[in-house]
Amino acid sequence: MTSRRKTINNEYWDPTEIFMKEYWQEIRALTMRWIRRLSREKFSMLFTLVQPMLFWLIFFGNLFQRAADMQVTQASSYISFLTAGVVVMTVLNNGLAGGVDLLFDKENGFLERLMSTPIHRSSVILSRFIFVMTLTSMQVLVILAVAWLFGVQPVTGLLGVATILFIGMLFGVGLTAISMAMAFSVKSHGDFFSVLGFLSLPMIFLSSALVPLSAMPGWMGFLAQFNPMTWAIDAVRPLILQGWTEALPHVGMVIVVMVMFDALCLYGGARAFRRAIG
Amino acid sequence: MSRAVAIEVSHLGKTYDKIQAVDDLSFQVFTGEIFGLLGPNGAGKSTTLRILITLLHPTSGSAKIFGLDSVKDADRVRQTIGYVPQERAIDRFLTGREHLELLADLYHLSSEAASTRIPHLLKLVELEQHADRPAKTYSGGMKRKLDIACGLLPDPKILFLDEPTLGLDVQSRLRIWDHVRDMRDRGITVVMTTNYLDEADRLCDRIAIIDSGRIKALGSPTELKVGLGGDVVSLTVGEHDRVDALAAAVKNLPAIRAVMIKPNGLDIRVDSPEKALPAILEAANRLTCQLEFIDYHRPRLDDVFIAHTGRSIKDDQPKEDDQ
Ligand SMILES: Nc1ncnc2c1ncn2[C@@H]1O[C@H](COP(=O)(O)OP(=O)(O)O)[C@@H](O)[C@H]1O
Ligand SMILES: [Mg+2]
Repeated sequence: MTSRRKTINNEYWDPTEIFMKEYWQEIRALTMRWIRRLSREKFSMLFTLVQPMLFWLIFFGNLFQRAADMQVTQASSYISFLTAGVVVMTVLNNGLAGGVDLLFDKENGFLERLMSTPIHRSSVILSRFIFVMTLTSMQVLVILAVAWLFGVQPVTGLLGVATILFIGMLFGVGLTAISMAMAFSVKSHGDFFSVLGFLSLPMIFLSSALVPLSAMPGWMGFLAQFNPMTWAIDAVRPLILQGWTEALPHVGMVIVVMVMFDALCLYGGARAFRRAIG
Repeated sequence: MSRAVAIEVSHLGKTYDKIQAVDDLSFQVFTGEIFGLLGPNGAGKSTTLRILITLLHPTSGSAKIFGLDSVKDADRVRQTIGYVPQERAIDRFLTGREHLELLADLYHLSSEAASTRIPHLLKLVELEQHADRPAKTYSGGMKRKLDIACGLLPDPKILFLDEPTLGLDVQSRLRIWDHVRDMRDRGITVVMTTNYLDEADRLCDRIAIIDSGRIKALGSPTELKVGLGGDVVSLTVGEHDRVDALAAAVKNLPAIRAVMIKPNGLDIRVDSPEKALPAILEAANRLTCQLEFIDYHRPRLDDVFIAHTGRSIKDDQPKEDDQ
């Protein structure tokens, strides 16, 4: 048994313990780097955190208050209808942008420097997931707080909020994986941002974020059914507006859909990563 | 002198899609030497280096670092090497110290080890004063020094430097050279690439001249220059259209080893100058070919390069500099 043990600072360590200790040291250091980068860009941080709720929730929500038909939205106010959409849109935007820093790292050679160190190949990716998920969760909480100021209180309470965060993370993992896969595969960052711009708006408009599917032109409603965003929103919205009995079937469904979505994205992401890093 | 082998490269090849970037390279690097890969832009230097540091898999052949295979034992290879990439691989938002702290964690150093090594390295590369400023405020030379400190952080047995002085001003270059010599003196094996002839000549103990992915010559700068044999007579011709005729006339004279045609004249390698020079001048006279400038020198590394590759490394230097 002792032969399998290594000594560090004259203490004996189990190989699995060493593995876990080193893995954690890498992931913690890399995650700290993402946090530092964000905090050094004060303006960027402010806009990242504030922009989605300011733009969508406050402007859009109040702007369409009179124009939106409450019979159609089935909500007491347009803001209360829109909150679920803004939450999931934030997850979408953060997820799709989740690979940007890696893209820059790839282009300026920093990634190569990281990869020439004896780290586990997955640490860089995992640190990115942790960072994006944490940031997204914080933003979602801020959005829910701002909505609360406008009188929107999630009827399912704190457990409902936790469920919303969970759904957000399930969706975010897949999106971040897509984004990172793209970052590793594209030839130039111009390509990356074109694809990003091309994906993000249709994903929003072809979903139930702004209007319910029933109010869409037939073809749009049809396409929106295949958008994973729709599934996420349809589970988050009853958690805010209606209650557990209405929400639970949707929550169950979205978990199934998201697990499949994530599996697909992670598989593609892993392939792109392996092709780029070897 | 110790001649233990640090790196053994045999029949190494790497093809990107259709481009053959590296083609059948074989060489050895000995412990404690500064080994240089000298070649023009696109010669395959970075590709070779990336294979040695395990970031690329070769399409043929193999590379062993202290007996460890660069593919199969990649993880253990990574623990023995340091790497300084060609690009300024610097995070603009992190301070110099934070760069080193990050790497310390990635090399799994204990916090005690990190806290003694990092200040030491900052001092070594003269960055202590600037250690807590974000790297975006650093000059090119300072970034390069930080790069080198990062490469040294793992206390490597071998340090790989990709074009360490590309685009630097003269003073920073000399400073970096000093650092590299210093590392060698402390027992670190250094493998570097360069497309500067003077750098290869003055800094490297041994060089491999590579062009189009192949090794054209290998040895110490002195060996290569001596191996060329003879001295070099450089002629600059007034009327450029007479160059070819002059070359033809000179080629068959006695004591001439080789004639290289340049756009504005000839480089002639001669066995004995006292025989060759009068003959060359007479030939030029006969053709009424006006010589603007005559230069006579012992072989230099650029003569070696031209002799082995058929062209001058400087042909694409300007392109390199504005990158
Ligand atoms: N990732 C890549 N994909 C395709 N071709 C590449 C790639 N990297 C380098 N090359 C090509 O391989 C050749 C050698 O490149 P490189 O090793 O970077 O040369 P050097 O470092 O000597 O300038 C060049 O022709 C270059 O265009
Ligand atoms: Mg290169």
